[in-house]
Amino acid sequence: MMTPSRSLRWLAAGGIAIGLAWPAVVPAETPASITLGYLGMERPDDLEPLSVLDPVIDDEGIQGARLAINDNNATGQFLGQEFVLVEAMVEPGGDVAAGLEQLIEQGADWIISGLNAEDLQEVMQHQALGERIVFNAAARDNDLRGESCHVQLFHTVPSRRMLTDALAQFLGYKQWDDWALVYGNTDEDRLLAETLRESAERYGHTIVGEEMWPYDPMARRSEGGFHDIQREIPVFMQELADHDVLVIADETDYFGEYFPFQTWLPRPVAGSQGLIATAWHRSHESWGAVQLQRRFERAADRWMTPNDFGAWLAVRSLGEAAARTGSVEPDEVIEYMLSDEFELAGYLGFPVSYRTWDHQLRQPILITGPRMVASVSPQEGYLHPRTPLDAMGADEGESQCQF
Amino acid sequence: MPILSRETTAMIKPALAGLALGALALAPFAHAERIFVSNEQDNTVSVIDGESLEVIEVINVGRRPRAMAFSSDGSELFVAVGDDEAIDMIDLETLQVVRSQSSGEDPEVIRVDPNRPYIYVSNEDDNIVSVLDYERRTLVTEIPVGVEPEGLGISPDGRWLIATTETSNMAHIIDAEIMEAVHHRLVGARPRHAEFNHDGSKAWVSAEIAATVSVLDMVDTFDVEHTIRFDVPGVPRETVQAVGVQLTSDGRYGFVALGPSNRVAVVDQQTYEVLDYILVGQRVWHLALNADESRLYTTNGVSGDVTVIDVENLTALQSIPVGRFPWGVIVQP
Repeated sequence: MMTPSRSLRWLAAGGIAIGLAWPAVVPAETPASITLGYLGMERPDDLEPLSVLDPVIDDEGIQGARLAINDNNATGQFLGQEFVLVEAMVEPGGDVAAGLEQLIEQGADWIISGLNAEDLQEVMQHQALGERIVFNAAARDNDLRGESCHVQLFHTVPSRRMLTDALAQFLGYKQWDDWALVYGNTDEDRLLAETLRESAERYGHTIVGEEMWPYDPMARRSEGGFHDIQREIPVFMQELADHDVLVIADETDYFGEYFPFQTWLPRPVAGSQGLIATAWHRSHESWGAVQLQRRFERAADRWMTPNDFGAWLAVRSLGEAAARTGSVEPDEVIEYMLSDEFELAGYLGFPVSYRTWDHQLRQPILITGPRMVASVSPQEGYLHPRTPLDAMGADEGESQCQF
Repeated sequence: MPILSRETTAMIKPALAGLALGALALAPFAHAERIFVSNEQDNTVSVIDGESLEVIEVINVGRRPRAMAFSSDGSELFVAVGDDEAIDMIDLETLQVVRSQSSGEDPEVIRVDPNRPYIYVSNEDDNIVSVLDYERRTLVTEIPVGVEPEGLGISPDGRWLIATTETSNMAHIIDAEIMEAVHHRLVGARPRHAEFNHDGSKAWVSAEIAATVSVLDMVDTFDVEHTIRFDVPGVPRETVQAVGVQLTSDGRYGFVALGPSNRVAVVDQQTYEVLDYILVGQRVWHLALNADESRLYTTNGVSGDVTVIDVENLTALQSIPVGRFPWGVIVQP
């Protein structure tokens, strides 16, 4: 259902696509129905990954939501529950409020957001939202879990702070305690650099020197990674004090990928490129993850990304809570989701669940190289009185969130 | 099942062992108990002698061996080799893989029907339980269940089969006469294993992520009538993960492997009270009782060994190094 409107392009509506033949065990009565709305924004044309090996993806997030709807319905059909997905993709810079209104018109009781922090804030302020719950499945901003938190907002993607804490734990395990920090010139990079400094402090690392990468994005096809870069990076890094590891903050992926193997000192590269902390990665197949990877690839014809996983977790959270409570009533579902009873299997070894103080999903974080998982945080030995998972991200006592 | 009482058995065991060894020299078919352990990352099955508790043989099998089961006549051992999408069949006389039967995608858990030459296989990727005929080497049927079927349990009389689905979090109760799932019950998160008690009146379903065992009534309601929870003192809650289950035939104990908490829980089979936690190797996964139920063997995936537990005293006797990532264990009487 495509409408080539200037402000909105609707990709699909009413997307229940059950690709599986289920036995005839559906209860006789009409199933209780939950309608979820996925609200996303299309990728700006100029934003592409730096490495030409990385695919340019236009359906990130949505595919995770679609798969989780199928997974929910597989269980729901035995319980007399039905999950329906409606979708709205706003064009870059478009009107997210109109997207939200459209989803609500189509009956969405719950919203899954693939938006950035600014657009998500607009949705949270919008009157049409009413009392609906929004799952943030894309924005990593600490602030959304802190001062700008909202009682109707839940976060399935990890915050920047969770990711940098996860990395800092692993670097602590390696005893790579002296970091050099190189960050980019975007707002996201400044936020990530700030968060990396906080994690370094929490876990006893020292940032011995920092530099901002002075160049703007280059056309990825004209700079093959060696024309100027091979000479520029060693010179750029000569002023940095001796360090164990180079930590890069380049969230929009415009320069960090150039750094491995080009450094002045022979040092590993970590952060947003090189060794990364991430909620999901194709090389992760433990704890049954291979099943989710395969299921996703059959449905989407590509690999699952962290944002797909975030959307999958959001929809599955609802499915799990609805199945356990036997209810589709928002109050009952939310109460269960925030209770100690709620434990979702997220293919990460430990159960995942929501923090009551900021509605962030606590979850193990993968530490991966480009082609292999190196570790999973929390690392052994980093203790916490509640759960080792709460040693990553803003803890209850320090959270700035007040509902 | 044991004709002798547990106490008597323990007393006369050394004598029996001597007899068994003597018999071994005379009769080709008599031998001491053998314990088979599938090593998931080595593509081997380790064979442990039940008397010496030493590895006496390592059998090469297909890729990623996990669950094992004996044929009904006891002549063959079946091993699900997941990455080869097959069941390898080992001749128990020669300890060689003599044939292999295609099983559908990624077989993990298998069970053998007590009355018919059928192997039940959970195929995680396809949301089905496959039924194979190992005599005719055919696919009998496929039974649709929920998302990611994993654990399988079969009642002693072969009437009921339970398939657990890891993402649907359900125990699907299959009527083995009509080969169809007839009841669907929610259990704990990520259910891994189903085990019937000796008279078939109850089924224990373990859940890895929830760290629970749901006890299902298999006589009338097929409902969860009790949920057993595990809380190991001084161990992070997340590392307590319920996986393998073994139930003694006298109705006394239930043993539950608790994964990376490195403990085996001892549960009173009648009251469901958790009596003890026995420290074993790292990431304990599956369990097997021997024939007279005097010993419990555990596979410890991360430490790569098998722990031998004395059932009478509920103590770990010793560890036996096996291959990498031991997964399943089964005892040949």
